[in-house]
Order: sequence, then structure tokens, then C-alpha cells
Amino acid sequence: MDFHLTKEQEMVRKMYREFAETEVKPLAEELDEEERFPMETVEKMGKLGMMGIYFPKEYGGAGGDVLSYAMCVEELSKVCGTTGVVVSAHTSLCCAPIFENGTEEQKQKYLPDLCSGKKIGAFGLTEPGAGTDASGQQTTAVKNENGDYVLNGSKCFITNGNVASTFVVFAMTNKALGNHGISAFIVEKDFPGFSTGKHEKKMGIRGSSTCDLIFEDCIVPKENLLGKEGDGFKIAMKTLDGGRIGIASQALGLGEGAIDEAIKYTQERVQFKKRLSQFQNTQFQLADMHTRMQAAQYLVYAAAMKKQNHEPYSMDAAMAKLFAAEAASDVTRRAVQLFGGYGYTREYPVERMMRDAKITEIYEGTSEVQRMVIANHLGVK
Amino acid sequence: MKIIVCVKQVPDTSGKVAVNPDGTLNRASMAAITNPDDLNAVEAALTLKEQTGAEVIIVSMGPPPAEGMLREILARGADRAVLVSAREFGGSDTYATSQILAAAIEKIGIEKDTVVFCGRQAIDGDTAQVGPQIAEKLGLPQVSYAADIQKDGDTLTVKRMLEDGYMTIKVKTPCLVTCIKELNNPRYMSVSGIFECYSKPYEIFDYNTLKDNPLIDATTIGLKGSPTNILTSFTPPQKGAGMMLEGADKETCDKLAGLLAAKHII
Repeated sequence: MDFHLTKEQEMVRKMYREFAETEVKPLAEELDEEERFPMETVEKMGKLGMMGIYFPKEYGGAGGDVLSYAMCVEELSKVCGTTGVVVSAHTSLCCAPIFENGTEEQKQKYLPDLCSGKKIGAFGLTEPGAGTDASGQQTTAVKNENGDYVLNGSKCFITNGNVASTFVVFAMTNKALGNHGISAFIVEKDFPGFSTGKHEKKMGIRGSSTCDLIFEDCIVPKENLLGKEGDGFKIAMKTLDGGRIGIASQALGLGEGAIDEAIKYTQERVQFKKRLSQFQNTQFQLADMHTRMQAAQYLVYAAAMKKQNHEPYSMDAAMAKLFAAEAASDVTRRAVQLFGGYGYTREYPVERMMRDAKITEIYEGTSEVQRMVIANHLGVK
Repeated sequence: MKIIVCVKQVPDTSGKVAVNPDGTLNRASMAAITNPDDLNAVEAALTLKEQTGAEVIIVSMGPPPAEGMLREILARGADRAVLVSAREFGGSDTYATSQILAAAIEKIGIEKDTVVFCGRQAIDGDTAQVGPQIAEKLGLPQVSYAADIQKDGDTLTVKRMLEDGYMTIKVKTPCLVTCIKELNNPRYMSVSGIFECYSKPYEIFDYNTLKDNPLIDATTIGLKGSPTNILTSFTPPQKGAGMMLEGADKETCDKLAGLLAAKHII
């Protein structure tokens, strides 16, 4: 495998880093403290092409590649996990399924505004009774006399829910068929019968919007069916494969960001007349932390490259997310420990990174689900 | 309309500055960046491009690795790049550099409505001489230290910042303007710009490309053609910490007046 980045990828990483340091880092603490969505950052990212990185220019995308998208989420998450997941959920869970499964009309209609950041995207699969078991969908879509669909039910824990204009939503069109009876729809926030619930108060990524989606006789025009009737479960699983690259990148960035902070701090903090960085425990901890994140980076980049090259990448994405998320949780926790009491306070960013990292082990498939996916690919049944 | 921007790759002096035994900068050991004022010049050009649809051409003199910097500026939105690079040009001081850059700009072509933008000065030499010298060689009117630029037809109205105020100057195109950081906030590269920048036109002007221009003469280019001699270079002594007096009460004011009087300032 070639681990060399292209000149464009090196350059784009430099741009993300500059942008993250200048525009994102100064807001991170405030977004967390006030549970505020970074709308101003989304606008700036939209102008720079960061909301549609790997989609073709004909649909308003930036014409980049999947690895450049992963690096974007990584660099943003180094300084702000909230901003990282905004881009990840928007790109992987809304733009991607429309691009990969949409008709030409659907792509032309929805992608340009999404890729420019003018509109934010979200994804509605999870329900109160259908989390890890996504097949237990209770939301129904029934055809009316015009051939349009009437949706009833609710979704929960929807990232970007309160700020999105475009949603990819899943609902049962034929309960008797089980997974094969699930269909996918593109729902606009102004469709009659659609509303969002209250903002969930979370442990981490507190600036990110998370809420319920409520469908009460919500009319979705027939031309907004995404893929064919019954394709929904397949579309959801394929979408989550891609989403896992985004969340793995978020975890990767969080871990790396915590290491950056820990290196800086341990070189300044003096105890027993020595800088913390002079103690072997600190050196060994940081060496282990860096090694784990470096391994995570290889897995994440490999999965991104495979998706870019249209190779099967489902297991790679699952391994990348499993490993990066668990590494990020471990590394951010260790970073807090290196900071000691100061690390536990909100004066330093590592406690925020630790809180942010935990969700990467849970959303878009828990670590346990990733293990199921990997074992399944190994043929272990 | 054609806008030409002169840019220079410089060592990043915000980190550790390395100096050779002869007093010159050890460029090889320092990270290379685009000269900050030149990014303001690029931004001025791109803003004008948005208003007028002009073509923005960036030109730099330097060794081949300067291509990376030029590609990054193409990624910000410039249309094409010219690297002026030849062994014969090596060692040029500001006089020789401006000769060569002037010849390159003539080769690119100056039209009736052309504006040449330069940064005020480069952070490695801090001379602020190259821009004005290029204007002299090309016989173009020039405005230095631009903090605001408005274009109306063939006239630019430029706010020229001085230490104790500013001048407002109207100048007709073609002309040369040097830009300061107060002029604008340079934009970021865009993702699409980055993925396009290696397919944008990129040319190298070597000695043969420019040698027929009368400005390119062995006695006026390169080390031999450079009249500047560095007598010595040294690190200036560090200034002591300043003294801060806080408060608006009589006692503090008296103390301040006493200190100023002791130094014969008042």
C-alpha cells in the first residue's frame, strides 16, 4: 500500500490545519460551554468547499477525494470534536447517500446547496426502539392516492437535526418484508407534517445539534424516494460504512489533538524541579499514545483510499472506527491523567476531548457492532 | 484586464532564525513560507478579479522548489504562474532582482489596464525596495503602502498609509501598487482550488527566455550585477522590559511626570 499523500492532499491538509487553528480552535470551548452550534463556521467551510469535498464539481462539490475528506474531519476534530462531526454527518450521511443512490434530478436538486454549505444535511435511521437493531423500524411510509408517501413515526439522536434542511430518512413501506420493506426518502424540513424535537443535552460534542425528528402525516413527494422501494436497509448500511470513515477520522483527530496538548503541557509543567516531560512515565505514556493514534491513522486512511478506489471497504471502515474510537477514548483519558488536576478542569481542553471521544465508540454503530461486522466478514458465524 | 502579482518565498522568521557565519540567513534550515505582505497583494488582485473578471498572473523569482508556493497561490484563485529561475539570476540583490522581475513582467505583457501588485517588503530582507524599483524600471506610476484600493474605470484610488497619517492618491493604470497587511485579510486556499492548482498554466522563465530584454545584462543581474555589499549583520540587543504604571490617580500621574522629566522627555 502506498502511504504517500499526493501534493494536493498535503496542501489540503495544510489548509485545513490553518483553518482549524484560526477559525475553529478559538470557538471550541465556547461551543461546548454554551451548547451552541457553529453556524458561522459552517458558512466559512461552505465557501471553502469543505462541505462537499469529494463530490464532483457538476453537483457543486469540490472535486476532491475521500481521503481529503477524512483529513478534514481529522484536522477539525483535533481542535473541536463538535465541528468535526458536523462535517462528517453532513457529508457521509446526507450528501453521500444522495450522490450514490439518487436520480440525476435528485442530485441536481439537492447536492449543490448541500455541498456549498447553504443547506446542512442529516440522516434519520435511529428510533427509540431501533438503535443497534436498525431493522426494527417503526416509522411507516404509506402511499396516498397521488402516489406520494405519508410518513408517521419518530427518529431520535439525529445529528445536525435542528439545523439541517435536508434529511435522508428511513421508513417501513412494507412491514411484512422485514429489512426488505424499508425504504429511504429525501425529506425537506418544510414538508408538511415534519418537525424536530428538543436539543438533547449530551456529555460531549455539546455544540453539535442532536434531536428527535417527528413525522405526523408528513407528505413526502414520490420523486423523493431515494433508490427503489425496499432498498432502504441496503442504502442505510452502505451509508453507515462510509459514515464510519468520518467518525473514525473524528476519533483520530480527537486523540491526536489530546496528544498535541499533552506534549505542550508536559514540557511546561514543573514538579519535583523537573518538567513533566523529563519523567520516563510521561515519555512512555506519550510514546504509547502516539503509537496507538498512528496505527489508527493507517487504518482510517486505508479505508478512505479503498472507498475512493471503489474497492470493498466495509470491513476496513469497521476496523478503522473500532480501533480509532477505542484509541481516542484511551488516549484522551490518558491525556487528562498527564494533566493531573488541571486536566480535570475546563481551563484546559483535554477533559472536553475525553468527553467528545466517548461518543465515537457509540454512534454510527457501537464498537460492538463494528466487531459484529468484522467477524461477519471473517466468516465467523 | 491583466493583474500581475509579484511574490517571494521567504524563510519563516516567526520560528527560530538561523544565521550563517557570514551573517546571511540560513534559508535551508528554515521552513519556507509565502512572504506575508505578498499574500495581501494576492488578495488585492483576487478581489479585483472578482470585480472585473481580470486574469491574475503570479510571478516569483527563486529556485525550482518555489513552485510549491506558486501552486498554493493558484489554489487561492490565481489563474497562472510564472517562476523566474536560472543560475544566472542567483545571488541578485534588490537592484538586480527588480531588473529581472521587470523583464519578466514585460514578457508577460503590460496592457493599458494592468495593475502590478507587490507586497510592501519581504520579511527576510525588509528592504521594501523591489516593488518601487520594478515600477521605475518599467516606467510605471507607483503607490506604496496601500491600505485601501478602489477601482473606477482606469483609475485606482489608493489610501497610502504613512507613520503619522495617510494620503489618498489617484493613479491611472497601468501602475504598480505595494500592499500592506492592513489592506485585507488573505483568503484561504479552497478545496476545489487545491485540486485544480496542478492543472493551471505554470511556466518557467529562464535566462534564455529573458535574455533579449535590454534589462537582462550580465552587469545588472545575479551576484555580479548586485551593487549591495553586506558589511556586517548582527542580532540587535534586546530591549529591556517596559514599565507599566496603572491608575488615573494623582499619585500615579505625578510618578509618570517625574519619570518622563528624569529622562528629559518633558
